[in-house]
Amino acid sequence: MIKRVHFPASPLPYLLVAPQIVITIVFFLWPAGQAFYQSFHIEDAFGLGSEFVWFENFEVLFTDPLYLATFWRTILFSALVAVVSMGTSLVLAAFADRVIRGATFYRTLLIWPYAIAPVLAGAIWSFMFHPTLGIFPYFLEMAGIDWNHYMSGNQAMALVVLAASWKQIAYNFLFYLAGMQAIPKSVIEAAAIDGAGPVYRFRTIILPLLSPTTFFLLIINAVYAFFDTFGIIHAVTKGGPASSTTTLVYKVFTDGFIGLDLGGSAAQSIVLMVMVIALTVFQFRYIERKVEY
Amino acid sequence: MSKIKFDYVRKSYGPNEVIHGINGTIEDGEFVVIVGPSGCGKSTLLRMVAGLETITGGEIKIGEKVVNKLEPAKRSIAMVFQNYALYPHMTVFENMSYGLKIRKVPKAEIKRRVEETAEILELTPYLKRSPRELSGGQRQRVAMGRAIVREPEVFLFDEPLSNLDAKLRVQMRLEIKKLQERLGITSIYVTHDQVEAMTLGHRLMVLNGGNVEQFGTPIDIYLKPETLFVATFIGSPAMNILDGRLSDDGTAAILTTGEAIQLAKPLLSHKGQAIKLGMRPEHLIRCDADKALLYLNADVVEQLGADTILHANLGGSGETVIARIDGVVPAASGERFSFTIEPENLHVFDSDKGKRIN
Repeated sequence: MIKRVHFPASPLPYLLVAPQIVITIVFFLWPAGQAFYQSFHIEDAFGLGSEFVWFENFEVLFTDPLYLATFWRTILFSALVAVVSMGTSLVLAAFADRVIRGATFYRTLLIWPYAIAPVLAGAIWSFMFHPTLGIFPYFLEMAGIDWNHYMSGNQAMALVVLAASWKQIAYNFLFYLAGMQAIPKSVIEAAAIDGAGPVYRFRTIILPLLSPTTFFLLIINAVYAFFDTFGIIHAVTKGGPASSTTTLVYKVFTDGFIGLDLGGSAAQSIVLMVMVIALTVFQFRYIERKVEY
Repeated sequence: MSKIKFDYVRKSYGPNEVIHGINGTIEDGEFVVIVGPSGCGKSTLLRMVAGLETITGGEIKIGEKVVNKLEPAKRSIAMVFQNYALYPHMTVFENMSYGLKIRKVPKAEIKRRVEETAEILELTPYLKRSPRELSGGQRQRVAMGRAIVREPEVFLFDEPLSNLDAKLRVQMRLEIKKLQERLGITSIYVTHDQVEAMTLGHRLMVLNGGNVEQFGTPIDIYLKPETLFVATFIGSPAMNILDGRLSDDGTAAILTTGEAIQLAKPLLSHKGQAIKLGMRPEHLIRCDADKALLYLNADVVEQLGADTILHANLGGSGETVIARIDGVVPAASGERFSFTIEPENLHVFDSDKGKRIN
């Protein structure tokens, strides 16, 4: 039996949560409701009236090969961002865990990228890789690679993945480092005495013990790549060339605000919303109970 | 199996030297217990043997090999940690076979050895479980199993029983002793526990402030402590130490209260010097007032059933003396007791250096 604490009825608690409720209603529920409403309508070309069309917007969406291509592209993009940024941060955390002198300095440096706004991060990378001004295309040319992400879809994708991953490394790094420091030192020492070298120890002891962290970060990174990379894509490639870096979120923007297909764009945001909800539920269900141990 | 040799082993952290040149040899198959107060360097010394700490100076030899620069994996040692250090994501079987797998022992051989070891340690029913499904004592046994299965030349134990409850500790203590005798593997065991120190090992190394105070059999150390530190550290309740001086002919110790206590042998070279006189609480014998060497006024009386611990002061002086009397002795605070002691149970120490002189 659960005993609950009873407080005398008072308006104070409601007053205290009111700001949060208001924010949620104004900035989330209201727009979400609006999107829901619009996703069932088609607006006429001049924005003078709209017609209720049931699920036509969704039907069009799911039969549109461009939308499906965007969907798979987004999956690829998310997977690449997760792998690149988690892989890099795992290696960095493994080194940071071993560093004794100057550890705080090293960690502070690694955490900096997190404090940079997405658009700025995008701008930095797009300058560094600018085909005529950037330093990296200069080096790449020496290696015989002709870099122009305004022309090549694959290069554009690589650059966006790089910029998005770089931004997320700091976050992953922090979690991995904390995870590693939570592993008892004696377990690692026991493995060393058992004859395991540093790499084997990392593979058979540290990595499995980090699996709850990895799982958590996988979800977080997926959500990040799906929904929080608009700024970077907008700054680096604007979804181009030829939609080769247009992800689902970016397509909502281009279809809705550039293509002015408000109904279709709203339908897309509803699909995205369902995905976020699914991911969040998944995370809450499985993160709470530990994966390993 | 092999012997371990310490040759002027030192350890510093930056400018702080924590171990100041330790010498000693541990024979093949011998069980040596290292004991000392916290911070005396006993765990550090063990970890230096294991290769988990670097050796600042001197040499450690295992067998005929100097191991100073060897990786832990190459030293043919196995270690049991205080917190067990089991791999939490592996089953008992995987925990025990981890080291063998790395050494590329054939699968069938691994299975045979793990099962054999599990049999010895009565772990057979638990091989498929993960460590979190085991009790403290079982985990401890898995940790030992992991060490045994490797068939190392040397076992290192770092306070392996201090996380267990009192009853289990007694049981595991006996098991470790039996196991070491059965396997005959050279072992070093670090502890701060009196009973473990006295009962487990063939020899005892008493460490204090990074120096070896005494290295000998537990009984020798009990009967003939070489320094004041060893005298008060080994034995419970601790040895009573009284200020005094030797008589002018060197045959008796004279306490500050004036009593003269006859020594077993005259100490001619120290005649008239200031000394510290040590008497173990259990060596004080109650006697009639006319034969008494010491008169004690009881302050606190602790009844333990099997014996009675008397916390008393020496004949009205400020010096506290503890006496252990067999059986139940009805006594009240303030009551006066008379005690005598056999001359061979007296320990005489130099007052300045704290070294034994009798």
